[in-house]
Amino acid sequence: MGSSVFPVDDYLGFRCPAVTGSNVIYVDAQGMVMRAFKEQRYMSQFVYLYRMTDAARQEAMGTPERAQQNMQRWMAWMTDLDKKGHLKDRGQPLERSGKVVRGQQKTVTDGPFTEAKDLVGGFTLIEARDIDQAVDLSRGCPILEGGGSVEVRPIMKMDM
Amino acid sequence: MELSEHLFRRESGRLVAALTRIFGVHNLALAEDVVQDAFCRALEVWKVRGIPDNPSAWLMTVAKRRALDIVRRERTAHTFAPELSRVLESEWTLAPAVEEAFAGSTIRDEQLRMMFSCCDPRLPEEVQVALVLNILCGFGASEIASAFLTSRAAMEKRISRGKKSLASSRRLFDLADAEFAPRLSAVARALYLLFNEGYHGASPEAAVRIELCQEAIRLTMLLLDSPQTATPETQALAALMHLHAAKLPARIDSAGELNPLLEQDRTRWDARLIADGLALLDRSAEGSVVSAYHVEAAIAAVHATAHSVEETNWDAIVNLYDRLMGIAPSPIVALNRAIAIGQRDGPEKGLESIHAIADRDRLRRYPFYPAAIAELELRQGNLAAAEQYFSAAATLARSGAERRFLERRVREVSEAHRHHVAPTMH
Repeated sequence: MGSSVFPVDDYLGFRCPAVTGSNVIYVDAQGMVMRAFKEQRYMSQFVYLYRMTDAARQEAMGTPERAQQNMQRWMAWMTDLDKKGHLKDRGQPLERSGKVVRGQQKTVTDGPFTEAKDLVGGFTLIEARDIDQAVDLSRGCPILEGGGSVEVRPIMKMDM
Repeated sequence: MELSEHLFRRESGRLVAALTRIFGVHNLALAEDVVQDAFCRALEVWKVRGIPDNPSAWLMTVAKRRALDIVRRERTAHTFAPELSRVLESEWTLAPAVEEAFAGSTIRDEQLRMMFSCCDPRLPEEVQVALVLNILCGFGASEIASAFLTSRAAMEKRISRGKKSLASSRRLFDLADAEFAPRLSAVARALYLLFNEGYHGASPEAAVRIELCQEAIRLTMLLLDSPQTATPETQALAALMHLHAAKLPARIDSAGELNPLLEQDRTRWDARLIADGLALLDRSAEGSVVSAYHVEAAIAAVHATAHSVEETNWDAIVNLYDRLMGIAPSPIVALNRAIAIGQRDGPEKGLESIHAIADRDRLRRYPFYPAAIAELELRQGNLAAAEQYFSAAATLARSGAERRFLERRVREVSEAHRHHVAPTMH
């Protein structure tokens, strides 16, 4: 039996879903495993940008009881992503206030809330096979129930 | 980490109370905005960073910081709590004053003052109850509206009317006020109504109604927490609520169907609540005043300690109803007394007592008035009369559960009528 130990989910298919850490298999076809391992290392990363209008944000809060239910749905969704190994980084929430610096004049305005209707309220870093899977995973996001949106953007790959 | 049940709703009442202490009751809307903002923040931060170890403390810290910001920024333009105006002016005392407003004992006292302010006798009772549910229990207008089967718009109007009156009072009710005793009665009455709404109310959802009962008990226990408001009458009210709440698991079954007292599976009664209720009733016996709550709690205690309908001391119950008629007479009390007489002396005497109720025309719309007559007629073997009265009762039902229960009785009786046998006696 082989000499290497790699955490690989499904090396035979040459499609490696996220590393779960639990699936460790011994393989003797050295080169094949290396390839699988490599693919897995380059599993794609995506950013979820959470967008919501102020009105939708207030509505999602609604009453304290609704806020709590909303929170529980978020926690469940995040936990599920994490368990399946898709959660690379929980990310950060963003303040809704800030400044926008623009043009050669470097004019500074309060923003972006004066201009954009739905603001980015935070982001999360996701690992997925491809954009289709990343989009699929986002369907469970509770922000969608509250009229917000998830923008799914691939992180640019720099294969050098 | 899991969020404890109703954490946000509970914290809402506490935080609004603390913030009102700083901002003044005329800025109640500002206090509510700060709480809303803290919840929004919690939603955004917790969902990515996880729930903190002490969520209550986290929310409190956010609210405190926001309060400090607001006072610093607006203290020249705005007047905040008149009682704290000097303290809030100086940076030396501002932070300690804000800290103090969020101390456990202050929050408790401010919740009490808020409760007393909501129960202003100049406001109709339904407005008082709506205010308590909104401000102290953190229920939204839509949730209260669904519990009371009114429209959200109507409930919003009711709440905003109450808040306008609160805001115009400039400061919260002072528990040292000369009006303390009558106001405590108004508070007890509002909590009693709140509990009743949960117990008998219109909402078809059992969960909603149990929550109303729990909130009524929580706020009554808050009254018992403070020596000034922990009067024998308050103890009796708490006893009454505990003894009734003990029956809730058997009163409404898992399908949301109503089971009347005489048919309940008594093994499903909550023994812990009964024990607490009896202990509270014991403590309420201090002092010389016997209030309606005392008598009602005593009646509930007789039921709660009886293992079956047959073993119930109906004589004691009739005597207690006699006493209640002396303190707080009403046709509903008289009807309950008549039912107890029916249990003690037989259906004929029960019917006699019902027909002797002085102002029984006030029970015209009360479904359990014809239902009680029907039960007694049934026990006398008058199936036709029983069927007719049950049918009349079913048309008066105020909720789906009541209607389904009464229609079931109509079916049972008409079935028996056809076969000339009486259904099981209840």
